[in-house]
Amino acid sequence: MTRWFRSALVPILAALLLSGCDFAGPQSALDPAGPIAQAQLDLFNWSLWLSALVMIGTFGVLAYVILRYRRGQRTDIPEQSHGNPKLEIALTIVPVIIVVMVAVPTVRTIFATEARVTPTEEDLVVKVTGYQWWWKFEYPEYGITTANELRLPTDRRVVLQLDSADVLHSFWVPRLAGKRDMIPNQGNQLTFTAPEAGTYYGQCAELCLGAHAYMKFRVISEEPAAFEAWADTFDIDGAQRVQADPQVQRGHQLFAQKGCTTCHRVDGYRGTTEVGTPEFPDLTNFGTRTTLGAAILPNTQENLEAWLRDPDDLKPGNYMPALWSEDDPDADEEIAAVAAYLLSLGTPDETEARAFVGGTHGDR
Amino acid sequence: MAIGRRDVPAPATPDAGGGLLARPAWTKGLGSWLTTVDHKRLGILYILTSFTFMGLASIEAFIIRLQLAAPGMELVSPDVYNQLFTMHGVTMIFLAIMPLGTGFANYFVPLMIGARDLAFPRLNAFGYWVYAFGGLFVYSSFFLGGAPDVGWFAYAPLTSLSNNPGNGTDFYMIGLLIGGIGSLVTAMNLIVTIFSMRAPGMTMMRMPVFVWMILVTSFLIVFAFPPLTIALTQIVFDRTFGTLFYVPEAGGLPILWQHLFWIFGHPEVYIVILPAFGVISEVIPTFSRKPIFGYPVMILSGIFIGFMGFAVWSHHMFTTGLGPVANTAFALTSFVIGVPTGVKIFNWLGTMWGGSVRFTTSMLYAMAFLFMFVIGGITGIMLAMPPFTAQATDSYFVVAHFHYVMGGGALFAFFAGVYYWFPKLTGKLLPERFGQWTFAAMFIGFNMIFMPQHFAGLMGMPRRTQTYEAGIGLEIWNLVSTAGTFVMGTALFMLLFSVIYAFRNGTPAGNDPWDARTLEWAATSPPQHHNFDEQPIVTDRDAFWAQKYPEASHGDDGSQWEGMDFDAHGIHMPGQSWYPFLLATSIFIAGYGLLFENWPLSILMLVVLVGATYGWAFEGVGGHHVHPDDGAEAAGD
Repeated sequence: MTRWFRSALVPILAALLLSGCDFAGPQSALDPAGPIAQAQLDLFNWSLWLSALVMIGTFGVLAYVILRYRRGQRTDIPEQSHGNPKLEIALTIVPVIIVVMVAVPTVRTIFATEARVTPTEEDLVVKVTGYQWWWKFEYPEYGITTANELRLPTDRRVVLQLDSADVLHSFWVPRLAGKRDMIPNQGNQLTFTAPEAGTYYGQCAELCLGAHAYMKFRVISEEPAAFEAWADTFDIDGAQRVQADPQVQRGHQLFAQKGCTTCHRVDGYRGTTEVGTPEFPDLTNFGTRTTLGAAILPNTQENLEAWLRDPDDLKPGNYMPALWSEDDPDADEEIAAVAAYLLSLGTPDETEARAFVGGTHGDR
Repeated sequence: MAIGRRDVPAPATPDAGGGLLARPAWTKGLGSWLTTVDHKRLGILYILTSFTFMGLASIEAFIIRLQLAAPGMELVSPDVYNQLFTMHGVTMIFLAIMPLGTGFANYFVPLMIGARDLAFPRLNAFGYWVYAFGGLFVYSSFFLGGAPDVGWFAYAPLTSLSNNPGNGTDFYMIGLLIGGIGSLVTAMNLIVTIFSMRAPGMTMMRMPVFVWMILVTSFLIVFAFPPLTIALTQIVFDRTFGTLFYVPEAGGLPILWQHLFWIFGHPEVYIVILPAFGVISEVIPTFSRKPIFGYPVMILSGIFIGFMGFAVWSHHMFTTGLGPVANTAFALTSFVIGVPTGVKIFNWLGTMWGGSVRFTTSMLYAMAFLFMFVIGGITGIMLAMPPFTAQATDSYFVVAHFHYVMGGGALFAFFAGVYYWFPKLTGKLLPERFGQWTFAAMFIGFNMIFMPQHFAGLMGMPRRTQTYEAGIGLEIWNLVSTAGTFVMGTALFMLLFSVIYAFRNGTPAGNDPWDARTLEWAATSPPQHHNFDEQPIVTDRDAFWAQKYPEASHGDDGSQWEGMDFDAHGIHMPGQSWYPFLLATSIFIAGYGLLFENWPLSILMLVVLVGATYGWAFEGVGGHHVHPDDGAEAAGD
């Protein structure tokens, strides 16, 4: 047993110590980047200090009792004391005091972080709808719709109106705010600000079956000018302008031929005639997105091709079918063209696919 | 006031003969177990059945942890994964830990209060069989199209037919309906037993704390299960008969399921933990050689915890958008529960303080319980803070929290109970030295599994996901957690091995190996069928201790009971019966009839049910009298 301890536990403990010091991460509630998450963490830290006191007290007494009163060779019968009313009253007051010390800041934080607000013009209202297994973001103020990537300006408070199209979901961006459930027939609200520019990871936190583990999203907070520039990429009057690159042109044709337009909206694809349905992710400016498949992979040509080839392999259980059969001789060429077209959406003509900005830990 | 048997005349017509089936009289073999009404045999059946289910749940947990050992593992598909964690939760809560408490209660409540059996022996048998069949029903789903996959609290509208067309959800709903009958009748049986069958001199304030906790738990079951039954029935109606209680497309409000479920679900937590408190309150005084410290406060805080358990359900729903006022109210009621719980911890420490403490394996588990339950309690207080819960709920932090309460708390307490009571159950001692190694592995393994999950949760890992992203800081916590399952798994095998070894070759224990304090230790090990040759007379709180050390107790002298003959006509032992088993079987099969919408089968089973009830009602008194003085047992006397 001792040898086993040395061979297995020691490296594990060493690894724990090395990694344990760093609780930061793009999805870590211990690394807040906004006032709401900060208030939630402050409350936790306060309770942690009190817990430390409780643990030192309780475990101290436990250790003392274990050391001091062990029986050993004793055979005598200790005094049969049944209690001590004064001590018991004192020991009842201790937890009361601790609980009050937790309760007061708790109630303050509840009203500071959870009060329902009536949005003013200062606020950016975004309607968020959860679908199995992706997120729809609608900006009524700008008249735009996007999916799986919530872009926000750094200088405005955000009021999210949360709804679900099917089962329960829960909206969670740990670094900005705690969860709020998305419940059919029940409008919920979540309010926060993201004052620092950066990319924050979010994920569905309520079991929704199927691809629940892959129902993620990104929140990208940007300087107001950058945000406005992003919103402008949606401005399409009439027919969409397709980039000159022949591969993109080919992809544009295939997008309808392969049936993508049955589900997916792309603004201006057929002039003013709508394609797709609102029940599936809107791809109007897909090229500006940093990730694909509800934030499961960086949005690159290579990943997008893999996704189009076999969506179920990358995201088991999702509703997107594989549109090319395995023995289709044209598959490679066609998939590359569709991917190129999708990556061109919303991006300027000259640039190639936009570099992935939110991918690794360091980019935050 | 306690009720003796002194005025009970011998039954005039012991065998009324109105039943449809003769009362069986096997003493050995399968038939004797199927028809038994003996609380000790049923207690053993409960304990063995719940450990069997616990073994299945452990296998499920092991696969879950293997799948999560590293990011991107593909050991099981998401669908299978959902079934595994759902069945793990359902099994542990409904089929393993809760019935384990019932099993101990079944075996030890009559012995501790000096009774010969429970008040309604046949009802007790029925309760066991319905529970066992309920569990079997849920598990049969694995072979009949897939297990439930909606989580142990089965939130609507995931359970609606459009979202979940398979049969898994039906197995969950109908299985829990069946099992719930068992919990309910057994709870009522225990309440009646505790109120009316205590030995002469055992006032309510002289009952062992374990019996008190079982009494409180039984009341919780009686009040908590009806809301669950209603909710389950609504879903069965939605899925089978097309009602629209929880169908959002028809305007249903899925949030109502959460209210009904947690009005049951929170008391359920105390239904699991209060019997564990009871076990700890027996183990610590025995091995400290001191009475429980602050007995009345212990009892009152148990009652208070049970009562408050019905006033905190919405703290499971802090993120559902109830609003700041409701969240404040439920946060405050939840904080209040911290007070009586803290008092209990202090009183256990107070019991050891000044005592003569012997660290047997049982006591080690009790110490570990104190340690881990404090941690689980502290994270519980944290989770009662809605702003923090917004981050922690539905993450691995919550998973860690409730495992510290249910596993480190309830389960370790029951392990303490296993080591404490095994000699009474079998007459053999579990190996002590090996038991301490087992304990060490169990304790280290458990903490390796669940301590890291606190950090994984706060770093953004949601529960119920079969994979997680690499590179966001979750790998190390999951790896350690998975490594811990090997340590704890080894410990579980060691425990199993100890039990089998001790059962065959264990050292004989004698009647009172621990110098214990309560009446079950006054009986032989294992106890005779009729428990006590002579009706025990109780003169003090720790009744058996007062008999052994009259100089160290301050009870009365019991003179008011002198000269009374409590068993003038012999001890009446209830007769065996086929009806409990038959009735439970008919409900079990009717469950399949309902599930597969096979109405002829359902109606046939309804007929069997009515017939079995009729036979039960008119079966007659039966049984036999025992005359320990003559050593003669006259069957059918």
